[in-house]
Amino acid sequence: MIKINNLSKKFGHLTAVENISFQVEPGEVLGFLGPNGAGKSTTMKMITGFLTPTGGEIEVSGFNVAKDPIEVKKRIGYLPEGAPSYGEMTPAQYLEFIAQVRQLSGQKKTDRNKVVIQQLHLDKVLNQSIDTLSKGFKRRVGLAQAILHDPEVLILDEPTDGLDPNQKFEVRELIKNIAPDKVIIISTHILSEVDAICSRAIIIADGKILADDTPEGLRSKSSSDKMDDIFREITSGAIS
Amino acid sequence: MRNITTIFKRELSSYFATPVAYVFIVIFLIMSGAMTFYLGGLYERGQADLNPFFQYHPWLYLFLVPAIAMRLWAEERKSGSIELLMTLPITVGQSVIGKFLAAWIFIGIALVLTFPIWITINYLGNPDNGVILAAYLGSFLMAGGFLAIGSCISALTKNQVIAFIITVVICFLFLLAGSPLVLNFFKAWIPQNIVDAISSLSFLTHYASLAKGVIDLRDIIYFVSLIGFWLYANTIIVEMKKAD
Repeated sequence: MIKINNLSKKFGHLTAVENISFQVEPGEVLGFLGPNGAGKSTTMKMITGFLTPTGGEIEVSGFNVAKDPIEVKKRIGYLPEGAPSYGEMTPAQYLEFIAQVRQLSGQKKTDRNKVVIQQLHLDKVLNQSIDTLSKGFKRRVGLAQAILHDPEVLILDEPTDGLDPNQKFEVRELIKNIAPDKVIIISTHILSEVDAICSRAIIIADGKILADDTPEGLRSKSSSDKMDDIFREITSGAIS
Repeated sequence: MRNITTIFKRELSSYFATPVAYVFIVIFLIMSGAMTFYLGGLYERGQADLNPFFQYHPWLYLFLVPAIAMRLWAEERKSGSIELLMTLPITVGQSVIGKFLAAWIFIGIALVLTFPIWITINYLGNPDNGVILAAYLGSFLMAGGFLAIGSCISALTKNQVIAFIITVVICFLFLLAGSPLVLNFFKAWIPQNIVDAISSLSFLTHYASLAKGVIDLRDIIYFVSLIGFWLYANTIIVEMKKAD
């Protein structure tokens, strides 16, 4: 479970995130929506302990991010924006490194490795350096890294960006399959994705939460039935 | 400890996954050989010791160690992989130490590969091998000093070229801290005891006796605390600049 209380982040004079609060329970897939620069990535970076908040509290599975960062990081699987990794390594070496950091060993390590390689279809590129892989494969290597230790909490920053329609479909299926007992937050620009996998959506712009509802709930607020229209109406201030 | 080992192994193998390792080692061996025989006149001296070899190590390290150190953090920040590293359950200190040790051992490997020169000198005469071993140790310690400075500076910027140049300049100042070039600059406007303190920071002074095989505890403490200081600063800088 993730609890966020009055979270703020300022970069100099710029306020990236302003006093946001929400909770996510296990089993929920929360979609973070918003225009570029709305504060989605900043919020995710604060939950994962990469950025230090200017104000407010974050609690992940009962641990405070500021006080027990290592305990929090152990429980989170994180795909940063752009899926950065170590390009000179092969996916096999990279997953081995992540397994060691995540303290997986023995049978558990072998099993998890097998599962994620199969789930993300990495078997053909396992021994090719990550630098030489296509954007879609790089993204999938990043996802494999995030789910390798079967974390309680998954934070995925634009997980389907750069994937082709089939790959997008597969990643969505993957997220749906692992969702039942996990806390998942994904950010996305693709509004149809919210309908496809999210049980709840938060629309955020200029660092503030504009809407927090189920996809159906959002739809009922708008005259239109299309997610795109709802998004435009909410972020432009036409409805709230 | 376990995390340090994991980072250490990843870093060390990454040197050998790219041409960096091979280019560095080959250049290191050619340069150290050339300096020993041409500048140091190993044959002409007619003495069975490796002074001409060790004497030039500070100058060799001045350019080669910053070339290894510049990528340590600048590359992570540039590629964004620092976000991954910093969100894994590893502390910043563990990452700093793991990366430093990998680079240090890597330089150590290059240093060990200079062994043919040691064989040569043993073939030509009867050197004091204890002295040579001590000098190797001293040289390795000094390389650690250069490296710790470079690692810290590398965390300040995303640009490896800038990291390289600033590191060379700082290392150069540390090398020559005991020489008139640096001291005269300070003498005019700083009290004498501070000038003395600056002069005691000189790499060359501390290395000089080590290179002759004299292991003075003070010199070892100097290099170890220098490494400790710069790595501590490194940790703070990574913490501050990671998300910039």
